[in-house]
Formats: sequence, structure tokens, C-alpha cells
Amino acid sequence: MRTTLLESFTHGPLTEPPPEPDEAALAELARNVDRAARARLGRSLSIREVDAGSCNGCELEIHALSNAFYDLERFGLRFVASPRHADVLMVTGPVTKNMREALLRTYQATPDPKWVIALGTCAVDGGLFAGSNAVVGGVSDVVPVDLHIRGCPPSPSQILKGLISLLEHVSSKSGIF
Amino acid sequence: MALARTTVTADGWRQATDQLAAGSRTLLGLWGDPPNVHMALFDETSSKIAVISYACENGTYPSVGADHPPAIRLERTIRDLNGLDAAGAPDNRPWLDHAQQPYPFLPAEGEGLHQIAVGPVHAGIIEPGHFRFTANGEHVVRLEQRLGYVHKGIEALMQGATLAAAAKLAARTSGDSTVAYSYAFALAAEDALQISAPPRAAYLRALMAELERLANHFGDIGAICNDASFSIMHAHCGILRERTLRAAEACFGHRLMMDAIVPGGVARDISPGGVALVQELLAEVRRAFPRLVELYDNTASLQDRTVTTGIVKPEYAHQFGAGGYVGRASGRAFDARRSPGYPPYGDLTFEVPVLTAGDVDARVWIRIREVEQSLALIDQILGRLPAGGISVAVEPDGTICEGLALVEAFRGDVLIWLRLDETGRVAGCHLRDASWFQWPLLETAVEGNIVADFPLCNKSFNCSYSGHDK
Repeated sequence: MRTTLLESFTHGPLTEPPPEPDEAALAELARNVDRAARARLGRSLSIREVDAGSCNGCELEIHALSNAFYDLERFGLRFVASPRHADVLMVTGPVTKNMREALLRTYQATPDPKWVIALGTCAVDGGLFAGSNAVVGGVSDVVPVDLHIRGCPPSPSQILKGLISLLEHVSSKSGIF
Repeated sequence: MALARTTVTADGWRQATDQLAAGSRTLLGLWGDPPNVHMALFDETSSKIAVISYACENGTYPSVGADHPPAIRLERTIRDLNGLDAAGAPDNRPWLDHAQQPYPFLPAEGEGLHQIAVGPVHAGIIEPGHFRFTANGEHVVRLEQRLGYVHKGIEALMQGATLAAAAKLAARTSGDSTVAYSYAFALAAEDALQISAPPRAAYLRALMAELERLANHFGDIGAICNDASFSIMHAHCGILRERTLRAAEACFGHRLMMDAIVPGGVARDISPGGVALVQELLAEVRRAFPRLVELYDNTASLQDRTVTTGIVKPEYAHQFGAGGYVGRASGRAFDARRSPGYPPYGDLTFEVPVLTAGDVDARVWIRIREVEQSLALIDQILGRLPAGGISVAVEPDGTICEGLALVEAFRGDVLIWLRLDETGRVAGCHLRDASWFQWPLLETAVEGNIVADFPLCNKSFNCSYSGHDK
């Protein structure tokens, strides 16, 4: 273990510079997110991930955000274990009939002000699973969505872009009050 | 017709059930195709798969689960999805269909027992499922799982779909095994149409499958240690996983290599310079991984959590035909790449590691040994990569045809049965994840363990929720 730890000091960090915020995401946020919410949430956001029916591909890439290359926590973003601690719900998957109630309850358990990110192509409108008898549809068919991050699955860089847009939007003081 | 199914009488069906119960055959799958039910059996001595069919009378067939418990959840599923009933079934509760509320959990009674309900939304970033623990203080007396939350109706969606559209759905049955699912779907389609992918495509498929295995095993080894609060392993394994995914993206254009394998071959050739990139990856893994293995092996506080925790008894592994590291850590030396086998693995040399301890530690070691085997396999694949085309035309042959394939995903064998109509559209498909025969064993493995060790046991199984719920 000593060698492994010492090596961390001699090698430079693997963490890469953050990507630029995503223009489309900024525009969507400007439309959706209420000003008072921005002022109250500040720069640090707690995210509760909810898999509402995904194939688990999106979860793999969300996990990757925490590895040494992307290091999500440097942006003040962190994943929390309970919706009651969360500012943001990050929802993946087409919402299945069997997860509809659980998603609704998770949303209701999240204190206001809160934002919802629908992550992945399925979360937009059900994707390839749209039209299935077992699927309700996209996330916005069940709870209001503030930001969509598309991709099947979106890569960690794409997710990071979306999240950085969210932070930019939150911390921009212009136009508040 | 490529796949030879045998239609049997009720007696034939019962005989097959007896063979399963006696352990002379292993249950590979049981699914509905109204008015028929089909059962796939594996003969471990001859390495042959047999599929038998029974034409239901008044929508019922003789229960297999009554004598062979691994079939119970499959029969409950057949009723939910196809409306066919297993006569004499020991458990008639719905499984994937959640319309009935509240769900009748099995009773667990005794002095000092309490229940802990967990899920479907969990504390971590994992898939949804419900675990109902009955505990006595810290010790788990019974775990009962309730799954089906991510049921998307994939098999029903495939009905009438083009082969290309169905292949995309198959690739999204379980995202972590997208290569294995595409591989199995392609082999089943090729079996049905009696075509085969060119040699170069076969080797590229195996390259992708081994990269997927490496990425998942790195992720799992790190995540298991992380669930024992040993985060340095998680951090370093995460780096190896990320490097593997980046190499996959550089070679095949997608980090998880989704939709890269298609019926008839592969969608794209490895990028120019891809071979060198994979060789660099192998060199990096060979430099970094042995030290992590040593770290795992020499950390007593970590071993204290993994050794003798969550034991799967070998007799259960055999009875359930548990595949992957769950089976191989409990003495079941089965690997679909070896037996029944599929191209190009017959040309390649590799070992199937087997242990007997059946605990979390053994499941970690199987993964470690499989990482080593995958590295050696990729060496061979790159060294022998044949030249030539990467796909053949996939044309409907004007008949109704069926195919079957069994492919070794990182967590175990994936079974896909496929029927195509005269125009080449999908007329029926069944996708059976390895998790079907692993989830029930998790219930047995946590018995007597403390509640706090459940995440560790669960991660060491890493069953797919989506692959199971489909």
C-alpha cells in the first residue's frame, strides 16, 4: 500500500480540466428554473440519483463521474443517499409503470426548491422503450423536469457539461431580485 | 429451421423435470410462447443444449418449480407475461407484474424478529429493487427479494420489430452487458438464418466481450472493496475501468461499445491504431493491477470483511445452474465460452478459474483470475486478428426459423432464443440473464450474516436488475 500511496505524490493528478458549459443546457435552464430557487441553492448542490427504469448504462457513466478523471466533487456537486438531503433529482430511464409511484414519492420527499434532471435518451420520452405497455414514458410525464441531458448513455463529459451549466446558472447573480 | 425443438407430452415434460431435480440436467431457461411453453436444458457431460416444448391445455402446463425450485420465479413470470399457469406450482404470487398491492411477502415469525424494508430506491447509485430483511438483532434470518421494478416489456416490444430494431433493444437489456447481449442476439439470429459472421468479425466480437469483462471486473473489484470502506482499491480500480472504457471508445466509437455487434458481423471495424491502443491498455493493466491484487491480499482488515462472508453453498450453485463468478466461486466450473462454446473461443487458449469457498472473497478472486485470463485472451485475439470482411448480408430466408445462443457475459451466461418470420421480422424472443439463477442464491448467502454485510454480499454478486426485469 505504501508504494501505491507514495506514487500518488510523485505522479501528477489524473483529473482533467472541466468542460465548458453546454449552451443548449443553459438555454433550457434559463427557461425553466425559477430565480428564487437559484438564489437559495447557491453553488453547492446535492444530487439524489433515481433509476426509474434504466438499463443501468446511465448509472455506469454517473458512477464514472466520481473517478479520478472527472472528480465531480471538486465542483461542489455530490451524490447523497436520501432525497431529503437533495437539491437535485437526477432521474434515468424510461419511467416504468412499476417505478412510477416510487419516483413520485421520491420527488415529494425532496425539499423545495428542487430541480429535476432527466438523464439519458430514454428519460426524455421513453426512447426505444416508448410505447411499451410496461412503460409510462419520459420523466416529464411523471414529474416536472428542468434539464435534459441526452445520450445513450451520455458520456461522463456530457453529463459534466450539463451539470456545470446548472452550476453556472445557479451562481449567475444577474437578474435575481 | 436451425434450432431443433422437440414437442413433448405431459409425461415427457415431467421426465425432463425429474432430470432437473435429479441434477443430471441444468435448467437454462423456461419461457412462454403461447400456447406453448419452452424449456432449455443443458447436459453438462455432453455439453449439449436441448429445447423441449409443451403445448398447454387450457392454458396450463405441469409445474417444473414444484420439483425444481430454480423454475419458480420463471413460472411466476410466464403467468405475468403470457397468462399461462403452472399446474401444481408452489408459489402463485405475481413476480414482474406489480398490479397487486400490497405484495404478500412470505411470513417469518419468531421471538425477537423485526423487519427491515429497503428499496426500491436505494441509498447508492444502483438499480431499483426491494429487499425485505427479517432480522434478529444484527443477524439476518431471512431475506426476501422483490424485483420487477424496471420491467420494460422488452420481449413484447420486439414482437414484429425488424432485426435491427430488436438488436438495439437486446443491447439495452442490461447496459453493463450490452456487448454480451448484442453478441448473443447476433448469434441467435445467425443460428436461425444459418449464416455465420466472417472470422474477423468473430475475433472483434471476442475483443469487445473481453474489454467489457475487464471494465466490469475492475469496477466490481473496486466497488466490493469500497463497500468494506477500503476506498483506495475503488479509486485505483476506477482508473483502470476508465482507461478500458476510453480504449473501447477509441477503438469502436462508444465507451460501452453499444450496438457495435450486429447480426451478420460487427457494425464497424476497429479504428486505425486501435490495436496499438489496446496493447497500451494491456501494458498499463499489467503494470498497475498486480499491485492492487497484492494490496487486496495483504490487507487484513479488508479480508476480515470478505472471507467467510455471504457463502453460497456448492450444492445450491449446481442446483440453480448459477453462472459466472457466483457459480465458479462455489465449485461450478461452467463457462459458456468453453462449453457449449462459440466462435472464436474454440481457437483460443484460456483457463476457467474455479474456487470452492463460495464467499465474497472467492467471488473477488474469481474476478481477479478472470482479469488475468482476459488479458491473455486479448493478446491472442490481437495476435491472430484475421484480415477480411466484417459482416455478411442478413437476408430473410422466406421461412419461419428459430435460433438459440448462449454467451458468457461478465456476470454469467446470457441465453437468447429468437424466432423470425418469413420476412425476417422478429416473431418471438426470450432474453434470460444470468441473474435469474443468481438472485435466489443471494437470499441464501446472506442468511446468518449481519445486516451491515448485505451491501458487500450484494455487490459481490452484482446481479442485474434490468437484465432480470427486462
